[in-house]
Amino acid sequence: MMMNHSSKNPFKVEPETLIEGKWHKKQYKIIKELGSGANGIVYLAKLNSSYVALKMSDNGMSIISEVNVLKSFEKVQGSALGPSLLDVDDWEGLKGRISFYAMEYIQGPDLLTYIQEKGKVWTMVMILQLLNDLDKLHKNGWVFGDLKPDNLIVTGPPAKIRCIDVGGTTIQGRAIKEFTEFFDRGYWGLGTRKAEPSYDLFSVAMILINTAYPKRFNKTSGGLTQLREAIMKSNELQPLEEVLIKALKGDYASATQMREQLLNLINPSERRVERREPLSPSPKPENSSISQRSQSVQRQNKTVQTASRRTYIKNKHKKRGGWKETILIFVALALFYTLYIFGKLL
Amino acid sequence: MYSGKIKQILLITDGCSNQGEDPVAIAALSREQGVTVNVIGVIDKDVIDDKGIKEIEGISMSGGGVSQIVYAQQLSQTVQMVTRKAMTQTLQGVVNRELTQILGRSQTMDDLPPEKRGEVMEVVDELGETVDLEVMILVDTSASMKHKLPTVKEALLDLSISLNARTGENLFSVSVFPGKSSEVDKLLDWTPRLEKLSSIFPKLTTGGITPTGPAIREALSSFNKKRSLRSLLSHDDESFFEESI
Repeated sequence: MMMNHSSKNPFKVEPETLIEGKWHKKQYKIIKELGSGANGIVYLAKLNSSYVALKMSDNGMSIISEVNVLKSFEKVQGSALGPSLLDVDDWEGLKGRISFYAMEYIQGPDLLTYIQEKGKVWTMVMILQLLNDLDKLHKNGWVFGDLKPDNLIVTGPPAKIRCIDVGGTTIQGRAIKEFTEFFDRGYWGLGTRKAEPSYDLFSVAMILINTAYPKRFNKTSGGLTQLREAIMKSNELQPLEEVLIKALKGDYASATQMREQLLNLINPSERRVERREPLSPSPKPENSSISQRSQSVQRQNKTVQTASRRTYIKNKHKKRGGWKETILIFVALALFYTLYIFGKLL
Repeated sequence: MYSGKIKQILLITDGCSNQGEDPVAIAALSREQGVTVNVIGVIDKDVIDDKGIKEIEGISMSGGGVSQIVYAQQLSQTVQMVTRKAMTQTLQGVVNRELTQILGRSQTMDDLPPEKRGEVMEVVDELGETVDLEVMILVDTSASMKHKLPTVKEALLDLSISLNARTGENLFSVSVFPGKSSEVDKLLDWTPRLEKLSSIFPKLTTGGITPTGPAIREALSSFNKKRSLRSLLSHDDESFFEESI
């Protein structure tokens, strides 16, 4: 959140600088800057021959605060949401003491870039992963706080979503430490800044909205009205309206609940692909417009009759595909032939 | 353990004072009485002059607080950040003094090994969540601030959202300077509900002069008035912050 408007730019460490910890005596060689925020700068560094990320700050307290969060993350079994903590130390640099911690270097594009490169199908996969991790975090008494695509990195393969900035992570029941307006329910007038699971789930809904509006948008009327409007105007979001609105209103008590409902929404279309035997019932009219628009996300709450439908659609799909192929080959051949004729004429 | 209160003055301005006492001196005076002074300089696209920046940094430095210069659109986030940062700073000061007493000489948190520091930080975090907070907000309403006032209002409402999420009690008071007939006008007397502000704020008129110094003095006295009133009732909060950091 609070980026770039600091009047002071306290320190900068040049590449090749050797950072030696005062307490643990480990030596890190700075490679390059990875990013900077209100609470410090993150560098890529080398320890012996392995890469690590170093977060440095002249505000030792914020470093320690984040270290506390990372340490408690380690106790969360099976969750790999945040980076793992490797070392905490002080560095007596030229400009005084700078506190730092070393963590696992998480490499990959941020969430929006990843989706842009790999396709929209991945949106849902990543969100489902994220909800899974959030659930573990929440069950351990924490709330992530500053959830936003910029803080989410997709590593892999296999693709796995990870969070890189735990500066906003807060113990449940306290006031959220750090947030970004667009993803903050307080900003939209839709709730408090108390750290509770629903705070994160609001942000998840906003992340989904952000995938459809990569440039984000500002608050005008605010509240649910403006956000609902944005959802309804977007072809990709509209099918998810029910879940999104519930998350925005804070109706989900847990990440699992939201995850299950999301799965319910997308399941019919997911299963379609696996079907084999043909069957008769055609999609209901209310769904047909949607399935034309997007193959991956379809609004369909009734899972009962899906089996038969899936087969039907799958076959149709195959047929349509073959037909397209024929045309393509024909056009290509015609093109080559025309070129050939022209070549002859000239 | 710790039962004090955090007292802050938050000054929102866009430039230099031009009337009355030196605001830097009054900020120092305020700090001596345990009230931290934070300053936010709000600028448009135009650049603020050096003199203005100097004064803003001077006030917060001598007032033991935090200052930040921002564009109007970033005001909301800055207001809550500055307030929180200053709170943590004050609490660290308190904790450091305790540590010095326990560990002797010039030992502060920073001299502890990182592992121990983490435990101390938990205490500071916990205190920041539960401590009671009193913020006196001073808004510059000189002519050049006029078009920024709606943003200031938004930012203050946002501040109340942030602070009310804490477990500790909050009290807010809002004054503007210059006032209609005097140098400072009180808009909102001490209340836990800063939202009340939204109905009063639009009616504000702006004036020509910028009596920053007198405004801080007035703000300071409103803490003292309150304290003396309360001391009639009970003797609960001795001033823990006599010499805050």
